[in-house]
Amino acid sequence: MQPAIQARDIAKRYRLGQNAGASTMAELLSAAASRMLPGRRKPAGNAAAEFWALKGVSFEVAPGEVVGLVGENGAGKSTLLKILSRITPPTRGSVSYRGRVGSLLEVGTGFHPELSGRDNVFLSGAILGMPRADVRRRFDEIVDFSGVEAFIDTPVKRYSSGMYMRLAFAVAAHLDTDILLVDEVLAVGDYKFQQKCLNRMDAIAHDGRTVIFISHSLLAIQAICRRALWLDRGMIVADGPASGVIARYAGTDHGSGGIARDWPDAAEAPGNAAIRLRSARVEALGAEPGAPIDVRQSFAMSFDYDNLREGAYLTADLLVTNEAGVVVFNAGPTEEVRPAAVGRRRERCVVPGDLMNDGTYRVTLELRDRGEVLLSMPDLLTFDILDNPDGRFGWYGKWEGAVRPRLNWTSEALD
Amino acid sequence: MSEHSDRPARMISPDQGSIPAYIEEVWANRDLVAFLVWRDIKVRYRQTFFGAAWAVVPPFFTMVVFTLIFGTLVKVASDGQPYWAFSICALTAWNYFSQALTNAANSAINNASLIEKVYFPRLSLPLSAIVSPLLDLAIALALLVPVLAIAGIMPSARLPLLVPLIAMALATALGLGAILAALNVRYRDVRHLVPLLLQLGLFATPVVYPASLVPEGLRPLLGLNPMAGVVEGFRWVLLGSATDPWPLVGVSTVTALVLLACGIVVFMRLERGFADLI
Repeated sequence: MQPAIQARDIAKRYRLGQNAGASTMAELLSAAASRMLPGRRKPAGNAAAEFWALKGVSFEVAPGEVVGLVGENGAGKSTLLKILSRITPPTRGSVSYRGRVGSLLEVGTGFHPELSGRDNVFLSGAILGMPRADVRRRFDEIVDFSGVEAFIDTPVKRYSSGMYMRLAFAVAAHLDTDILLVDEVLAVGDYKFQQKCLNRMDAIAHDGRTVIFISHSLLAIQAICRRALWLDRGMIVADGPASGVIARYAGTDHGSGGIARDWPDAAEAPGNAAIRLRSARVEALGAEPGAPIDVRQSFAMSFDYDNLREGAYLTADLLVTNEAGVVVFNAGPTEEVRPAAVGRRRERCVVPGDLMNDGTYRVTLELRDRGEVLLSMPDLLTFDILDNPDGRFGWYGKWEGAVRPRLNWTSEALD
Repeated sequence: MSEHSDRPARMISPDQGSIPAYIEEVWANRDLVAFLVWRDIKVRYRQTFFGAAWAVVPPFFTMVVFTLIFGTLVKVASDGQPYWAFSICALTAWNYFSQALTNAANSAINNASLIEKVYFPRLSLPLSAIVSPLLDLAIALALLVPVLAIAGIMPSARLPLLVPLIAMALATALGLGAILAALNVRYRDVRHLVPLLLQLGLFATPVVYPASLVPEGLRPLLGLNPMAGVVEGFRWVLLGSATDPWPLVGVSTVTALVLLACGIVVFMRLERGFADLI
């Protein structure tokens, strides 16, 4: 079968700087003036720094395939979607596609605050490329989906932001094109509405339509897409079944730290005359090394070091902080400390499953001899805990809370 | 869906497509143009006290001022017509043009959020911007014709000829407006330039004075300004003037069409960069 989308070596260059390559008269005059001054010659055109948002991306999407796009901010996901939806042309390369393309890069594209909900449904539909007859035919369905029937003739500037988003998403959700490009539109509304949106996305995905989908919710991608593309700094680094790509994506270290660090050479290891840290790692229990940790799994943190001070009363102190900077816990050994001999030692602790919430965590380690701090390593490790779809019952929003314990819960009738 | 494998593949590439294909795409998106016009009209007089009366108030007061200054004080010739009638006919046409050009020149930057988030042929924006002030023009004409009749200037069989004259004003506003809209994306200077252009244009066009003030041999040159032809044509239709405006209108028609073609070509060349620059 012919591919629905075929991208060949797409590259996109942006010019950095205030005016994206356009020059002002003041710039032209000052450039002319500096050219006239001897010895102050600058080569022309060096001012515009370039940035390649995409550096040669090629892939094919078969008709009916649902593909998730993952990658960090600035990896080029949105640029890719903008090129596929023709908003901006590629600098190099080409894309061919078969069928009608619709794109949802934002909730509420084309909404006008002065117009009523009803008018906006038609206007936004027209802007997204829905034929007028389609909008008219599905109008009741759209209004019903949004749940704002009572206010449909009120100008949307009087809507609450939740109502506005719901109506906007409702229009978008009824866009019936062969190819649909969707950028992060799920994070709208409350719990109930989110569930509705996801069900709708799921229905679209199972409708035989070709969908490319960006979301920061890896869980939503895992639930909806069978295939995922991982973009990193403008290049595709992984392409394959969603679960595998996501696991690899989540397993990489984002920023400092990482899930494992080793210092094989004692001379380069952090430390001093009293102590040298040789390795630190976080690993899921009962899984191969490097496997991602999910919220249900217990995991171990271990730290190997050389004790160089005979008879030191060594204690370890761990500080685990989440993305919000909140200290989730502070822990250390609970047994009475005994003097340690010179040599290699290991501190290890196990964090039970069903305790930590999903997210990114940073670990700070301190080693002390009685009160004296021998070594303090802020952000020594960084690791992610992934969500687990079990127990979510179809809801994919952010689970609130610093921790996410599985409680011994009972629910019974009392009469 | 298996049927989309049978459809011809379409291509996105760094090169621009052909002009006929582009025009065809604009035509395919005519629903969108209709909706944008409808939005403009619905929103324009929202929360105003006088509502659509604003369509006729500005040309009316300009006419009063011009009649006092140019008609009564300076005594500019008016081809044998009462000066107020002479000037209001021209002002009605000019007022449409100035509104359409301003709208069109700002159409791309005013819809920046759409350009960044969804694809459609961008020419739909200046196109809808020049169509929506037609409503104001229609209201003004619907009032003007009876007023002239009461004053004793009866509508003639020439009235339907307003349609091609209005089409000429549309073409001029679209051609020039599309170029300005595209430049406006890159250089916001355009926003400051348009009022100046319109102010100069008002005097470069025979609005306060008749074209007959210009020596006969040079008169067709006045037609290089397409609005000169439109304005003189409006007078000829509405006032039943004896002077034949056709050489002037002929030259104006050609300039209007050239301007339209240039406008579309320039706009098409520049529109691909809109999303990155806006």
